[in-house]
Amino acid sequence: MKFRIYRYDPEKDAKPYLQDYDVQLDPHDRMLLDAIIRLKAFDDTLAFRRSCREGVCGSDAMNINGKNGLACITNLKELKEPVELRPLPGLPVIRDLIVDMSQFFKQLHSIKPYLINDTQPPEKERLQSQSDREELDGLYECILCACCSTACPSFWWNPDKFVGPAGLLAAYRFIADSRDLATNERLDNLEDPYRLFRCHTIMNCVDVCPKNLNPSRAINKIRQILVKRAV
Amino acid sequence: MARGSALTASSKLPVRRFDALVVGAGGAGMRASLQLAKAGLAVAVLSKVFPTRSHTVAAQGGIGAALGNMSEDNWLWHMYDTIKGSDWLGDQDAIEYMCRMAPEVVYELEHFGMPFDRNPDGTIYQRPFGGHSMNFGEKAVQRACASADRTGHSMLHTLYQQNVKAHTQFFVEWMALDLIRDSDGDVLGVSALEMETGQVMLLQAKTTVFATGGAGRIWAASTNAFINTGDGLGMAARAGVPLEDMEFWQFHPTGVAGAGVLITEGVRGEGGILLNADGERFMERYAPNLKDLASRDVVSRSMDQEIKEGRGCGPHKDYVFLKLDHLGPEVIMKRLPSIREIAIKFANVDPIKEPIPVVPTIHYQMGGIPTNVHGQVVAPKGGDPNVVINGFYAIGECGCVSVHGANRLGTNSLLDLLVFGRAAGDHIVEQRLHARAYKDLPANAADGALARLARLENATSGERVAEVSADLRKTMQAHCGVFRNQQLLSEGVSKVMELEQRVQRIAITDKSTTFNTARVEALEVDNLIETAKATVVSAEARRESRGAQARSDYPTRDDVNWLKHTLWHRDGNRLEFKPVNMKPLSVEAFPPKARTY
Repeated sequence: MKFRIYRYDPEKDAKPYLQDYDVQLDPHDRMLLDAIIRLKAFDDTLAFRRSCREGVCGSDAMNINGKNGLACITNLKELKEPVELRPLPGLPVIRDLIVDMSQFFKQLHSIKPYLINDTQPPEKERLQSQSDREELDGLYECILCACCSTACPSFWWNPDKFVGPAGLLAAYRFIADSRDLATNERLDNLEDPYRLFRCHTIMNCVDVCPKNLNPSRAINKIRQILVKRAV
Repeated sequence: MARGSALTASSKLPVRRFDALVVGAGGAGMRASLQLAKAGLAVAVLSKVFPTRSHTVAAQGGIGAALGNMSEDNWLWHMYDTIKGSDWLGDQDAIEYMCRMAPEVVYELEHFGMPFDRNPDGTIYQRPFGGHSMNFGEKAVQRACASADRTGHSMLHTLYQQNVKAHTQFFVEWMALDLIRDSDGDVLGVSALEMETGQVMLLQAKTTVFATGGAGRIWAASTNAFINTGDGLGMAARAGVPLEDMEFWQFHPTGVAGAGVLITEGVRGEGGILLNADGERFMERYAPNLKDLASRDVVSRSMDQEIKEGRGCGPHKDYVFLKLDHLGPEVIMKRLPSIREIAIKFANVDPIKEPIPVVPTIHYQMGGIPTNVHGQVVAPKGGDPNVVINGFYAIGECGCVSVHGANRLGTNSLLDLLVFGRAAGDHIVEQRLHARAYKDLPANAADGALARLARLENATSGERVAEVSADLRKTMQAHCGVFRNQQLLSEGVSKVMELEQRVQRIAITDKSTTFNTARVEALEVDNLIETAKATVVSAEARRESRGAQARSDYPTRDDVNWLKHTLWHRDGNRLEFKPVNMKPLSVEAFPPKARTY
């Protein structure tokens, strides 16, 4: 199978280039990650992240034939050759397919991604109704792979000011949690021409999310709550 | 500057100092670091991957705790089930501690924001799980606290969130290379490699906590992530710390055939059943009471037996079916959504309509670095088998406290992380580290690690990482499987020892200092080989069947000769043994008896 892969090692390359590979696959190779690992057995200089190989840890996000996704759950049969692999767009490249995710996590951390409830907890669990719990479905499952934020033009232009779809999904995850008592503080933190309102509903985030989550809907919900709060 | 510093001396390496250093940012590491950071200690957490990518994230089914939300339950029943599950090899003091603490650590996690599923009354939803019973084995009980089939993901993210709140300092994408011990035998920190820059550093600490996870990657068919390479075990072994009960490895009954990806026992908890080629629910024959919810070693052996006797499914009769379509789409979509995703992606079947092909697949390491109930690492010295090694703790899958004995019950691994993560954290806080001075680092602190790096740096030709590790995985799979015997194991020992020679000759092409993943993988093989040696040597020596160690040549449990823990020493590749602690903390002991489900 034919691949064309973005290569860049700052120690020896003046600039990035695309390298062509022809990989002899094994009949058991099912996913893109299997193929890249097979390739690395012959060229150990190719650098990429990977861990769980089942789409739950979020390590192996990359740009696959122009679209962000996870290599471990991308079936080889779905891919047009040569398969072009590039690092996630919009973030600084450390080496080959490995990007520097600092800015992504900085934005995540800016929304206080943890439950805030300073009341004395009961001896047992805090009760939560089944319908309140259902509000968290589609939000808590995020794996922080960054496919969404690095597919978002608003994040490309303003990575330091716009929280980005992953961070906003996390913000709404806590706003929507019946146990969280910091909704107003969270909304204040987002009510800003950039942090929330740079989202132009381009919906790339929804299109690429490997967990089929919908950051765009979460962003709209935050907007609605802000409008409600204003009147 | 020590950039790419493989050729510098230990004494020239930069040093950073902390009260406490936690190696590994999975469930155990982050539960411990949370206690430490909240207490105001200077704590650093080192991880090969970003914390939420640790393997805890892949746990699916639940956390065991006798909350009694679904029906009556009691921590004593949980304790009994755990001891029986362990085939009486678990230490009863540690098991009592874990089961008593279980409700408290689960409530705490809920208070941290964990999105547990809920019952109509708003309490945490609990599902049935293998080996968990009511009233000392009477019938199945719902004890597994669940967040759909993503419990590990929810738990790991919740713990990361709390650590962000507590301002824990993370060293992300750093690999610990070796323990630092001084001439007193005290542990003073680790040498470590920053992957992005290739820089080697000494991280000095008054206390070092290993929470490095398991080593499931020594097998070819494994549910484990690529990062599970036994780094903590390798480092401990090289530093002269013995490894306990390494012959006991859990085969999870339901890995996707061919792919190895885990399908939670929660599927059977929700009512899924195993079928052979005749469409027979064969577990009714092997475990008439708990059937498909017998403990994992029992179910895996039964499956293996069915396949061996020609009743496997598929063109090669080499797997069995896990049927769950009778649960209906609503239960599957609500309680087992990720399982459906996995089955569609990795087995080409939609479990709403068709059964999933599954085989017993390596999943969990019961043994590890020996510790007491505080998580302190212990080793034999002067006739006492449990002398504390100063400044050193091990928790989670890399440790052996031992609560899982010869076979772990499902849901007890996440529980183990929470209970002993917190216990170690609290115990370290009590040591008042603020007031304690740093001991001097020995001059040769990182000599071993630097020599390994230098060898990789200088080797121009030799064995490939991918080939040596693939051969190691094949050997372990062939010689240390579900059923073992003397001939297989003796050959296995020789082959693993030959592989150790090949590991010494590994060479890599990539010499860059920038994010050199080839170098990381080569260093991981140094840890894999220690784990494999410990495993196969211990398995060869134990001439009985107990829990996950099933010997076809010694088919029964032998409490007279073998009710004891194995300790493997790297030095001399030798074994010694120590007694099982049969004395609980406050209740009466559970003496060994026949184990049926």
